[in-house]
Amino acid sequence: MKDTISIRNALPSDLAGVIELDKLGSKEEKPDSWRKIFSHYVATGKNDRLFLVAEANGKVVGFIVGEVRAWEFGSPSCGWVFAVAVSPKVRETGIGRRMFDEISVRLKQSGVTTVRTMVDRDSKETLSFFRSLGLRTGRYIELEKQID
Amino acid sequence: MKLNKASMFALFAVLELASDPDRQLSTSDIADKYGISAHHLAKVMRNLVQEGLAQAMRGAGGGYRFAGNVNRTTLLDVIQLFEKMDSELDMPNNWSHASDPIVTELQCISNEIDNLTKAVLDTITLATALKNTRHRTESAIPIPLPKA
Repeated sequence: MKDTISIRNALPSDLAGVIELDKLGSKEEKPDSWRKIFSHYVATGKNDRLFLVAEANGKVVGFIVGEVRAWEFGSPSCGWVFAVAVSPKVRETGIGRRMFDEISVRLKQSGVTTVRTMVDRDSKETLSFFRSLGLRTGRYIELEKQID
Repeated sequence: MKLNKASMFALFAVLELASDPDRQLSTSDIADKYGISAHHLAKVMRNLVQEGLAQAMRGAGGGYRFAGNVNRTTLLDVIQLFEKMDSELDMPNNWSHASDPIVTELQCISNEIDNLTKAVLDTITLATALKNTRHRTESAIPIPLPKA
């Protein structure tokens, strides 16, 4: 199956497949949020907004979304990956790595040399995935507080 | 973070065995390679066998073989077999209750740091650690020294 998988830019027609795939690994369904993301990242013609999908036999089996962000939190331009998913049926076949490598190449072409992400500390599998790709704790520390 | 000897020996042994799961190694093979006490390592190995990370092989040329899952077992899984990794405050013997709020605050900060440390160690699988250590060996990347 691995050989038949292609990594390509997402198309508007991939929306249903992405929502379906997201449902498998998410506690909540968020179709409205995906519609908004699609309108911002899919078929916009902007090189610094990237939405890639992995396709096998006409089905979306993985996706990765990222973009270049400049001066967010005072940081010079860098790439952010803010969503990634791989169908449980094709995990541990290297699709996640292929998608990450591809988005990294595209981000570099857009002029950045660092890629960042943020993951819930309980999402051990996702954290281990990024670690296996060489990502390490960065120089920014996330802080938060419950608002009374 | 301060790792005790047992944790360090366990990590040496587990990573050495996991680097070639078909290979059998004796306690002295591992102890000689890393320059550590074979006696102390033998105790550690008993623990690793008990926890299913190593398998004791009987008969001629016996020794140990890796028995875990390199893609699922994390550094924290190994370390927590030997220590709790909770910071301790070195409190004076006759401390007064006036210090209670400060001690409580310091305990909160220690917990924050401990949770971060554990979260990092829990994302590094043996496969990732092996890959990184091989990469260091091949490219002789120097280990960053702590800042004075």
